[in-house]
Amino acid sequence: MILPTFIIIPLLAAFLIVLFGGRHDRGAVIISGAAAASLTALAVVVFFGGRTEAAVYAMGAWKVPLGISLVLDPLSSVMLVMVSLITLTSLLFSVAYMRHLEGEAKYYALLMTLVAGMNGVILTSDIFNLFVFMEIALFAAFALVAYGGRAQEYEAAFKYAVMGSISSSLILFAIAVVYSGTSALSMSAIAAALPQKDLLLTFWAGGLFLAGFGLKAAVMPFHAWLPDAHSSAPAPISAMLSGVLIKTLGVYALIRVFFNVLGAPPLFLQAFLVLGAVSILVGNILAVGQWDFKRLLAYSSIGQVGYILLAAGLGTPLGMAGAVFHMINHAIFKSLLFYNSGALETALGTRDLRQMGNVSKLLPVTAQTSMVASLAIAGIPPFNGFFSKLLIIIAAVQAGQPFYALAAVVGSLFTIAAFMKVQRYGLRSERPAGPLQAKVSWGMNAAMVVLAVLCIVTSLMIVPGIREATLDPAVKVVMEKAQLWLTVFGK
Amino acid sequence: MDKQPGLTIIVKTVTRLIIWMIFLYGAYIIFHGHLSPGGGFGGGVILALGLLSVLLAYGRDFTLRWLNLKFLKSLEASSITLFLAAGLMGMVLGEVFLSNFLAKGTLFSLWSSGFLPILNIFIGVKVGMSLFLVVLALAEFDVEKGAEE
Amino acid sequence: MILYALCFALFLVGLYGMITKRDLVKIILASGVMGYAVNLMFVLIGYRQQAAYPILEPGKPVPAMVDPLPQALVLTSIVIELGVTSLLVALAIRLFQKYKTFDITQIRRLRG
Repeated sequence: MILPTFIIIPLLAAFLIVLFGGRHDRGAVIISGAAAASLTALAVVVFFGGRTEAAVYAMGAWKVPLGISLVLDPLSSVMLVMVSLITLTSLLFSVAYMRHLEGEAKYYALLMTLVAGMNGVILTSDIFNLFVFMEIALFAAFALVAYGGRAQEYEAAFKYAVMGSISSSLILFAIAVVYSGTSALSMSAIAAALPQKDLLLTFWAGGLFLAGFGLKAAVMPFHAWLPDAHSSAPAPISAMLSGVLIKTLGVYALIRVFFNVLGAPPLFLQAFLVLGAVSILVGNILAVGQWDFKRLLAYSSIGQVGYILLAAGLGTPLGMAGAVFHMINHAIFKSLLFYNSGALETALGTRDLRQMGNVSKLLPVTAQTSMVASLAIAGIPPFNGFFSKLLIIIAAVQAGQPFYALAAVVGSLFTIAAFMKVQRYGLRSERPAGPLQAKVSWGMNAAMVVLAVLCIVTSLMIVPGIREATLDPAVKVVMEKAQLWLTVFGK
Repeated sequence: MDKQPGLTIIVKTVTRLIIWMIFLYGAYIIFHGHLSPGGGFGGGVILALGLLSVLLAYGRDFTLRWLNLKFLKSLEASSITLFLAAGLMGMVLGEVFLSNFLAKGTLFSLWSSGFLPILNIFIGVKVGMSLFLVVLALAEFDVEKGAEE
Repeated sequence: MILYALCFALFLVGLYGMITKRDLVKIILASGVMGYAVNLMFVLIGYRQQAAYPILEPGKPVPAMVDPLPQALVLTSIVIELGVTSLLVALAIRLFQKYKTFDITQIRRLRG
């Protein structure tokens, strides 16, 4: 009963904002704030509701395989909590940040459409519906990247739109291949029919899906759009894009399609390992050489998504637990880092690390939370980054892939180097900072403090009692592979 | 030769005569969406093309004076909200979201198959208005203004 | 079989255009061609031998029909590609306003 409300609430908020918004953004802020708060409350209630089996909601009263069903299993509920939490903090941050640019109602409508699209991708169990919701979220993302109106933002948005449309065509081609082989669009029917068909079908479909979703997730050969798009977007949108969009549309869709539908053929798991390792190394190495704060964060995102992909490619339960945990952690600390860059840009007017100074007296909240986030992403205990990277490295060694564990460790060293550079040059250097150009409002500070607290709190998820309640059901869903649909639909 | 906006007088006269037939044809495609190919999206595109032919034949300023843009924008926003409301009515009256809660009627008649004609109308209006407003926004764009960084 | 190969060749033509062309408008046109190729693939998949169009008519017996589901998917896909194309065109107009050119080798202020 409550499954479609995750999609209806943000969509209704977007439509109402367009209908009643007008020029001022106060009504838009109220509507979208109410929507985000109710989404977060619902997601948390569903997550802690204690059900480890799945819920099914048939849209339009048509049963599977004739109709589209929304499925809520533990992996989906984890992702829903992640998305709605980052949305709430992004809204808190945007109120002051966008007023500094030009607060209009369209920004909030686009943000709500983005959230509706992502929630739809998480909840659906039909491949074409996944494509449609993915396109909805991508439209909003393209428009939001170009929102500021400067020349670089249009260039970045055009690059993002061109690469996004190539990847969407590849995914559509893959759906056509799958449909021609199995004549079913629902994930359960495809998973049931695919083992009896020719292996070439799985190979073709998997290759096209890997190219399409890999482009969305910015794995290594297809990463070229990400540094421009994430560094040109406004800071709260960069947080949403880098924190949840590339993980929902890219990594979650990859895991769902490759594990639960295609049944995790070993060839593609090997591809995950290789691409993940390459992403880790190249992303983090390129991050060290950047002087623009947001571009450094964008390259670091490529590296961290490589970690998630490497862990997913291992195929063991421990690896998958590391992947899911790292997804959650990266959403939290990367969003926090983007909020820091937004606060610094508002206060000092620059994004270049060489021009920043020592801000620990002027902007105490920003300086402290950026230290927390840098320690978390570098993998220093007791923050959450340490535990998720440790899980991934141990899982790689246990699965008999020591070379990839070594790649993960080397990448982690480069991450430490990049963020030590950020702290040394950007926030704690010897030069005193320039004059403050604008104040950092309470909304921005609140969003940053909330995420910094979460950095420490989520490291509790590794504790064995809590891990059984939160992470392990999600891992079990993925490990069941194609058998998941038997337990969900009971056929 | 012509400093007048828009195209020649022949095009303007023909457009003035046939756009009402274009609107009628678009409405026909929308209303018969459950019986013949087309439906909401195809009919909506035809409606938009009717308005666009006015834009092309008469120029931008005349079109902006002839149409009430605020009305079109509110029509677009409200029709999509009404679509969502129809889905929610399905949730309240029927079992699930977007379930068909009106009577199904007899086969092949115009008022059959539940609420499909109503949804077709909402979608047709929405698509027509949004397609026209997008092209109008692109046409209203002035290249010289705002060319600084 | 030859039809599927030609359809895939059309897709590759569109992909080639998007990757190698320098003019913004040509990139947008190539994305349109790629979209047409995918839609054509969907319709080709739904074809059945000696089957009629999938519309019931009053009074006639129900014939063997082609698969109507891919045609519904093509409708959705056309709408989505319409949205993407209009967004790309709007961005191209704005880019021309800022950079005064449609050549993507000149539009390269973001580096690194």
